[in-house]
Amino acid sequence: MAIEDQRTTIYKIDPAHPESETLPTLRTEELLLNMGPQHPATHGVLKVILELEGERLVKSTPVLGYLHRGVEKLAEDGTYHQFIPHTDRLDYVCAMYNNFAYCRAVEKLMNITVPDRAEYLRTIVAEVQRIAGHQFWLGTQALDIGAMGVFFYCFRDREILMDWFDELCGARLTTSWYRIGGVERDFTPSLFEKLKQFLDYFPPKIDEYVVFLEKNRIWLGRTKGVAIISAEDAVSFGLSGPTLRGSGVDYDLRKAEPYSAYSKCEFSVPLGKNGDTYDRYWIRVQELYESVKIIRQCLEQMQDGPIMADVPSVTLPPKQRVFTNLESMIQQFKLFSQGFDAPPGEIYCGTEAHKGELGFYIVSTGGGKPYRLKIRAPSFIHMGAFDHMSRGYMISDAVTIFGTYDIVMGECDR
Amino acid sequence: MSLQQLAGRIQENFAVGFINAVEWRGDLAVTVVRDRLHDVAQFLRDDPAMDFDYIVHVSSVDWPDDEERFEIVYEFYSIKKHHRIRLKTRAPESDCIVDSLTDLWKGADFMEREVYDMMGIRFRHHPDLRRILLPDDFTEGYPLRKDFPLRGKGWRDTFEFLDETAR
Repeated sequence: MAIEDQRTTIYKIDPAHPESETLPTLRTEELLLNMGPQHPATHGVLKVILELEGERLVKSTPVLGYLHRGVEKLAEDGTYHQFIPHTDRLDYVCAMYNNFAYCRAVEKLMNITVPDRAEYLRTIVAEVQRIAGHQFWLGTQALDIGAMGVFFYCFRDREILMDWFDELCGARLTTSWYRIGGVERDFTPSLFEKLKQFLDYFPPKIDEYVVFLEKNRIWLGRTKGVAIISAEDAVSFGLSGPTLRGSGVDYDLRKAEPYSAYSKCEFSVPLGKNGDTYDRYWIRVQELYESVKIIRQCLEQMQDGPIMADVPSVTLPPKQRVFTNLESMIQQFKLFSQGFDAPPGEIYCGTEAHKGELGFYIVSTGGGKPYRLKIRAPSFIHMGAFDHMSRGYMISDAVTIFGTYDIVMGECDR
Repeated sequence: MSLQQLAGRIQENFAVGFINAVEWRGDLAVTVVRDRLHDVAQFLRDDPAMDFDYIVHVSSVDWPDDEERFEIVYEFYSIKKHHRIRLKTRAPESDCIVDSLTDLWKGADFMEREVYDMMGIRFRHHPDLRRILLPDDFTEGYPLRKDFPLRGKGWRDTFEFLDETAR
């Protein structure tokens, strides 16, 4: 019955002139469409309720939380050292940078200065991770938009870095190589050799990715002028990383508040003009070149030295000593089970991860566990601007707009 | 402008409502009374010497033993002037509601929703104050409060599972 009624409203024939051959009046209404949570282009489990008028997006409401694991609550229950592996699972595509951001926050809380060599090692690995992250982004974004070849090329080269991570710390994705006060182990000669080989190998390969895309009409048509956000709005929404810099806002924590070895390296921060997806793509490609530059400079400048700060009450003893020396074993056991005594206070420490500003806000009341730990996840904050950035675009552009943030749901939902 | 000058300027303009300013490890945290939060935030954004145009995060801390149990924490940054500030206020459990800053920074929308979801603090004039990470039918309360057990209150044990072996 209800279906019949609907039909009569859809094809409304003028009752006064039933014989007239006028075109039927179409009933129009907004269509609600659920995109996700099991959609291959939503980069995890993200659901967005799209309100459509024809094929235009009128309003989109992100429904988050499918991957919520209560990481902030878990942090309150463990010691500072125990939380490091949890940070891998935030942005699982770029675990190294999460470890880095967290360790930096705890070091700020404990007022620890990291030795020079460790700072260089950290910067190198962070930039390698940035390359791997941007490769991942470029491959998947092109795949989502419809250019499949780039994906294979990006992942071919990303695999080299994954193997390099594997040799460095024994894991490809969930790495946990950073430690509070330094790093877990130094590079072996083989790692140096492989990294240098990669630096020679990689820049021509970036050109190869670009060749695929720079004159590709589909790519240009689907990225230029899509998901435009003005500089003013981008700042007001709290966007960060390439998403913000695409709108021409010069905000990069590596320059604004130089940390680690970034102050000793020369590199430029590429800025976009139009604030569209194409500019953000261009920025990420330029950052690949810049990362290579930073790594080269770090390798040149690096001197021998300790890789862990000498603060036995906080930092872990070297692994070799733990197995052979009783005191070191006790120290390691105490640090992991009881933790160190953090001073009461609160700090915020932001780090420029490849997605944006990844920050940790830690409140300590003394003792070995954080009283409150808040993660400022760029993906979550970028999703806040999704509705604003998607209005008026076609439904097929929704996929481009998810991708333009470089979103990872593990970090978004925490 | 140094952090002391920043704090001094806020104190000058808000003699009523300013509680304290703490500088620790290079971070400046200013606490104000709840009723003045929105005014102070607007001053931070619009005053040319302050110029805090960027919202970094919104957070909350639970202090169950205090009279004013909840602490709401905003962090701002100035992209032009390169300085940071943390703005804090307190709210009691019986009346845990503060003015929303969504009209000043658009990004506050999702961040405040998360605070509501996790800590149960409500924001006055927020356009869409719903749960964001937890499901809408989550009835156990607010998980980041200190009286919420780490393992939850048993809601997830009530889920029905399909018995794979029964097929």
